Amino acid sequence: MSDILGGYNFAYLDEQTKRMIRRAILKAVAVPGYQVPFAGREMPLPYGWGTGGIQVTASVISADDVLKVIDQGADDTTNAVSIRRFFAKTAGVRTTTKTAEATLIQTRHRIPERRLTEGQIIVYQVPNPEPLRWMEPRESETRKMHALLEYGAMHVKLYEDIVHFGRIATSYDYPVRVNGRYIMAPSPIPKFDNPKMDGMPALQLFGAGREKRIYAVPPYTRVESLDFEDYPFEVQRWDQSCALCGATDSYLDEVITDDRGGRMFVCSDTDHCSERRAASDEAEGDGIRRPVEEEAAE
Amino acid sequence: MNALACDLPAGFADPVSDANATFRAVLTAMSYPGRIVSLPVTVEVPAPLAPATGAILLALADLDTPVWLSADLDRGMVAAWLRFHCGCPLVATRPEAIFAVTTPCRDLDGFGLGSAESPERAATVIVQLADLASGDEVRLSGPGIATKSGLSVPGLDASFWRAVAANHQLFPEGVDIVLAAPDRLACLPRTTMVEETSPCMSR
Repeated sequence: MSDILGGYNFAYLDEQTKRMIRRAILKAVAVPGYQVPFAGREMPLPYGWGTGGIQVTASVISADDVLKVIDQGADDTTNAVSIRRFFAKTAGVRTTTKTAEATLIQTRHRIPERRLTEGQIIVYQVPNPEPLRWMEPRESETRKMHALLEYGAMHVKLYEDIVHFGRIATSYDYPVRVNGRYIMAPSPIPKFDNPKMDGMPALQLFGAGREKRIYAVPPYTRVESLDFEDYPFEVQRWDQSCALCGATDSYLDEVITDDRGGRMFVCSDTDHCSERRAASDEAEGDGIRRPVEEEAAE
Repeated sequence: MNALACDLPAGFADPVSDANATFRAVLTAMSYPGRIVSLPVTVEVPAPLAPATGAILLALADLDTPVWLSADLDRGMVAAWLRFHCGCPLVATRPEAIFAVTTPCRDLDGFGLGSAESPERAATVIVQLADLASGDEVRLSGPGIATKSGLSVPGLDASFWRAVAANHQLFPEGVDIVLAAPDRLACLPRTTMVEETSPCMSR
């Protein structure tokens, strides 16, 4: 606690701002999937770097929280490292890269592979909170569409995918229906992660800084990915397993290894991957596999 | 009444961490409706406000949130204490309130419900209770509840629970309820369905 940055309130935001955001969070939990407007503040990082998520985290975090921050599943990328350091400095909290240890997880574009548990809170950074925005640019209209359950346009968009590509080609930010009512943007997570949102025991909070919206999915809440009877929702699959840990059930990133077409597929969730490798190292010494050179699945 | 600031109970000992802890308790209770959460702080409040009621207002009310008090709570130093610590406007009628504070009531009439386009503008109703326990007087289900849970709330009668059930029917509009016993709290957001289990509900 001794190296907390002086001159700022605990967790950077002033108490008045925190109260306003806390009230918005409580209403967001009470109306699952509905986007609550809030008076977003300027944060010391640019829009698009998680200003919404960081304001939600700053309002929720307490001194005894253990914080994990991931960016595309990784704990060691610029965005994750700087947000983790921000809260280590302004709130003096303990940080971790281990999903199981964290009480509060801020994420950009992934849900950890490990199933989250009761008492954990996951905060998503959201660039565009309005799932209907690509069909209807006017906020006044999209509010009415949500109020009147006028969601036909969203199904038309998915149907157009089928007409053009023969399948629903939307692969990230795949729209969901929350508790049978509101259609919600799950933030740009891959649709691979959508099923994890359904009935998750942890509380899910979403913060959009530029658009100034907060929304939430309470624990144990139905989250359905939109689909059609004859074109059911499905997630991405790979022919490969992770080149480092051999996982066949995790979301894989393609990594270019040289300039001659060499590539490997590795777990996007770095904690999941290193945990599996540590476990197999224990079991059989060096558990690392050589990179494979194969065609991409998609 | 005129009260000197030095006569007013002190509120939170550590405003920043106590407000956060109180908010987290309310957030947990709102996320898992019907679950009873202990008040994690000690707080000095004026009678007849109970500690949990006072803590919730200190944590969440401010100059942006008009507060309505039922007549039996608007006594002693309560109004002066709220004005001093929260700076919140105190309003005389139910529809104006963002936070409404009441002792056990028979109805939820008149509180702001929000609108279809802005359901977040609905009031939060804090019901101050003598006691609160899990039990089977009412069965709860809905988002945040893995398997059905139950509550036993002495002091709340069948007409209150009917009002809660009717409130759920208004979704996405409707008030959100915080049940505040002196040292613990539970929430009934508008998503929570209430089922009668005891014969008193059919009266």
